[in-house]
Amino acid sequence: MRAWAVIFLSVLVLASGTQRAGAVEPSEVLSDPALEERAREISQGLRCLVCQNQTIDDSNAGLAKDLRILVRERLMAGDSDQEVMAFITDRYGDFVLLKPPLKTGTLLLWFGPGAILLLGAGALARFYANRRRQGSAGDGGAAKPLSETEKKRLQSLLKNGGEKGNNP
Amino acid sequence: MKWKFLLPAAIFAAVAVAFAVGLTLDSQRLPSALIDQPVPQFELPPIAAIDDGDPYGGGFSSRNLGGGVALVNVFASWCVPCRVEHPQLMSLARDHGVSIFGINQKDKPEDARAWLERHGDPYRAIGADNDGRVSIDWGVYGVPETFVVDAEGRIRYRHVGPIMERDLTGTLLSMTAELGP
Repeated sequence: MRAWAVIFLSVLVLASGTQRAGAVEPSEVLSDPALEERAREISQGLRCLVCQNQTIDDSNAGLAKDLRILVRERLMAGDSDQEVMAFITDRYGDFVLLKPPLKTGTLLLWFGPGAILLLGAGALARFYANRRRQGSAGDGGAAKPLSETEKKRLQSLLKNGGEKGNNP
Repeated sequence: MKWKFLLPAAIFAAVAVAFAVGLTLDSQRLPSALIDQPVPQFELPPIAAIDDGDPYGGGFSSRNLGGGVALVNVFASWCVPCRVEHPQLMSLARDHGVSIFGINQKDKPEDARAWLERHGDPYRAIGADNDGRVSIDWGVYGVPETFVVDAEGRIRYRHVGPIMERDLTGTLLSMTAELGP
């Protein structure tokens, strides 16, 4: 039991460790830790265009490495984070951003799921409102008592285990 | 209220259409951020000299572009699909008189030369992009990629991956003809 816990914990620690390190090679790391931290943050928001669902911070692709170095060079040259992002999107478009910007072309992307949720909630609310209204109208929602013919048929069903002709 | 029974069918049709469009979209085919933009400013040296020979290709810079319609092709000797598209580039240059400029990305000079000697050289000029920076300025994801540049020096079209026979007849030839000589 304890052995399993130890294994589990060490896997967790190792996994989180590799997550943190990304694919950044020691030679790429800037000597200024504050700049390096900003570079890491920017890199984690940029898509690797070769292996499209990784960030350039995670990817070992050649282009990702080139872009990581480029980001660091721009930072060293005194660019703000926004300027670095603009430099990359000028060349590769919004697709390179893992978090798409909010603009007319992306409204559906940003608000589509919420709109569908609201639509669904609205339909559900209407459905229940209708049911309650129907239930409270007229007979008070209670089931109608059985008519005489229905009662007879029920009796015969209970006695004979079925209606004549139905069960061969 | 009579049409209400059609609602589930209508919702199904809408979802089906959305999925059909979504599934047939080619996620690899991405528009370039540079379409209709002027070409980036750049200056590339020729393919470096080996031993005491001459450099090859003449170098390639943004000044080469804008005089007429041209293709800019990013290639490398280490790139396998480039081998596939090479006959089409040769045909464009030889049979159709299209100006093609080459960006030789991250190649070894001797390999690039051997490649051009073996398969032919369709390029009007070649620049060596040794660190890949100019390719990034062009928004290149991978090799090969080809851009159509018009006579005003604007990027009009981006082709990702090797140029096949059908791309020649389908888009590139009509495009270069349309944009003028």
